[in-house]
Amino acid sequence: MHLEYFQLIDRIVALDLEARSVRSFCRVPERSTIFEGHFPGYPLLPGVLQIECMAQTAGWLVMARGAFTAMPFLANVKDAKFRAAVLPGDELEFEGNVTHEGSGFSVAECRGLRQDRKICEAQVLYRLAPFPNPEFRSAIMRRAAELDVALKELSK
Amino acid sequence: MSATFDKVADIIAETCDIPRENIKPESHAINDLEIDSLDFLDIAFAIDKTFGIKLPLEQWTQEVNDGKATTDQYFVLKNLSEQIDKLIAAKGA
Repeated sequence: MHLEYFQLIDRIVALDLEARSVRSFCRVPERSTIFEGHFPGYPLLPGVLQIECMAQTAGWLVMARGAFTAMPFLANVKDAKFRAAVLPGDELEFEGNVTHEGSGFSVAECRGLRQDRKICEAQVLYRLAPFPNPEFRSAIMRRAAELDVALKELSK
Repeated sequence: MSATFDKVADIIAETCDIPRENIKPESHAINDLEIDSLDFLDIAFAIDKTFGIKLPLEQWTQEVNDGKATTDQYFVLKNLSEQIDKLIAAKGA
């Protein structure tokens, strides 16, 4: 998890195109400038970044389901809940299920877990748009490879 | 008015917090009700779920952009309701 670079997912653990499900893993860093402000003497992973973790996790699935032809942009978050304090050093898993694929948008139900206990949840709606340029898409594909997104599987 | 329109109007009222009585069959979703594209995504999601269809928003947008259709054809609510009825009928065919 590189908070300052907004690279919140360390790797994709499982991605099932047919089941429309994905699971990711990440470890909250011990130190971050974010913790200097949130909060001094009591560092917590902000809820807004937990939302981003969920959105990034399911976003990889949305992209994979579209064979990386479109970029999912976060458009709406509903029913977000944060059930526990998330601390530096915590190891987290995030899960996402694409529940609806509309024309130009997708919806996913997402949740975060720590030691199998739910820490957060939300419904995330993405607006799908073409990649704005080839360089951006190439960067996304490189990041997908770093995260162990099973690109071979997706090319079937 | 059709049952489809009633459901669509209910969805719009709930999604956009617009008084139900202000939503008429002749209302244009964008020009009259001032629904923006983000809210319309929410409406499309609710319509898709409610009617078990997939509103072809991208196709409609393309047709409007290409000058092959007007926004009235798809976004005046009585017309939108007719489009939904056609999609439902096509699904059952």
